[in-house]
Amino acid sequence: MQRRNVLLWISAALVYLFLYLPLVIVVVFSFNDSRLNAEWVGFTWKWYGKLFHNREMLAAAMNSLIIASVSAAVATVLGTLAGIAMHQSRLRLLQVLVLAPIAMPEILMGVSLLVLFIMVNMTLGLLSIMLAHITFCIGFVALAVQARISSMDPCLVEAARDLGASTWCCFREITLPLLMPGILAGGLMAFTLSIDDFVITFFTAGVGSSTLPLQIYSMVKIAVTPEVNAVSTLLMLLTLVVITVASRLSPAVVQGE
Amino acid sequence: MQGKSWYKYLLSLPPMAYLLIFFAAPTLIMLFASFRYAGEYGGLAPWYLHENGRLTLDLTLENWQRLLGTDIYLRLFLKSIGYAVVTTLICMLMGYPLALMIARSGRKSRDLLLLLVILPFWSNFLVRIYAWMIIFSPVGALTRMLNGVLDLFGAGPITLMFSPTAMLVCLVYVHLPFMVLPLYANLEKHDLDLLDAAQDLGAGKWRQFWLITWPLSLSGVIAGSILVFIPVLGMFAIPDLLGGIDGIMIGNVIKQQFMESRDWPFGSVLSMVLTVTAVAVVLLGSRLGQRR
Repeated sequence: MQRRNVLLWISAALVYLFLYLPLVIVVVFSFNDSRLNAEWVGFTWKWYGKLFHNREMLAAAMNSLIIASVSAAVATVLGTLAGIAMHQSRLRLLQVLVLAPIAMPEILMGVSLLVLFIMVNMTLGLLSIMLAHITFCIGFVALAVQARISSMDPCLVEAARDLGASTWCCFREITLPLLMPGILAGGLMAFTLSIDDFVITFFTAGVGSSTLPLQIYSMVKIAVTPEVNAVSTLLMLLTLVVITVASRLSPAVVQGE
Repeated sequence: MQGKSWYKYLLSLPPMAYLLIFFAAPTLIMLFASFRYAGEYGGLAPWYLHENGRLTLDLTLENWQRLLGTDIYLRLFLKSIGYAVVTTLICMLMGYPLALMIARSGRKSRDLLLLLVILPFWSNFLVRIYAWMIIFSPVGALTRMLNGVLDLFGAGPITLMFSPTAMLVCLVYVHLPFMVLPLYANLEKHDLDLLDAAQDLGAGKWRQFWLITWPLSLSGVIAGSILVFIPVLGMFAIPDLLGGIDGIMIGNVIKQQFMESRDWPFGSVLSMVLTVTAVAVVLLGSRLGQRR
């Protein structure tokens, strides 16, 4: 069945090069002993050392972790409910509400939440960022859970019902354990989406609630420095680990169908 | 679990309530804000007035008139749509061969090849922009090499940073996986026997592609195009960091209205136009996709 077409392979290889070369450059220069991201001078760990002595950066990292953990946890619960509900009934409103935040440009969610938070006199900070992150994470978890349910054998639930299990018992003993990989993968995805988010955080963060992406943004606005490379490399490493685990749990989820 | 319809609604209630409050309501509030006056110190002015003990509405069409009164914003929108269209086309030209190659390779390598497309897509958005800031930087190897070559031909030095070219490269880079994934999902399902049949009937590779693979893949092309087009249309970070003055898109002006000039009503007007455009594109795309 394999149709080897040299031209196709070469063009694909070039696209892979295009996808990876920039990221490789970021990582390589994070170990470069020069302030300029221009030429290789020599190997050093010093940019990572500087990072761990940078108070603002550490505070931002802490904020990012707190926000991502809480947002992912809440979004996982709400997204799982939404995913199950979407599978069971064709509620049009629910589908629109779950999918629209994913389909719309991020900036719109950012500015409209900013207007909402200010209107209700909420101080912008960790809480407002979390509320915003939960909003865009629900849909991704819901899709992950929904994908898992549709691959589930409905006979299992029916069999349990025939054997006299109650709706709740059925859910707890059959549906939930079978859905678990999908739920966990969805939750991990929500965690990375939250920790990586820049646009929506940009509009919903207040003074003193900087996150890693916001910190990177304010640094690159001023200058390109190897410290940014170092923090970028660490952030990529974290995402890589989380996404690898998620894709082991449920390969279809990470492919973003 | 059938027959108990209340139970289904109970499940959907919490997520639905959350999304109504934090997604639907803010959108409506923004529509309302587009008819309000700007506050004296930024933000929004009150939408009602106390006059002689009576409440009167204090709303205006001014913001919308400002949008329509000049062609600046129309041109800005057209420029943003232009960037989105060009990015989508380049993503398609680059993504199609890649998706086809992955879909036609062996079962085992397929998963790995696909994972290799997904990984950069999951790395941080700003990091991916930053990578191109390094590549295009005036002290970077690429700029110096290009200028070295240009110098041989007696041409003056150029800068890559802060140019529409730099912006387009980065826009394509960030959104390419959005094109590859739906295309792959489509191409992978094709029945290869059709190609064998065409081959037996004497069709060359090129004819096979245009008469079979391409028409069958159109729904994937449409899905991928929507997924690229919409985020590019609302982009502000890439023009902000790589585009320079010529690169300003509608997203930058929205950001500016909300964060810098703090004219929220006018920012809301621009956001509503962007919302309507995005919704129209999604609806049009799904209509086209269904017809396939």
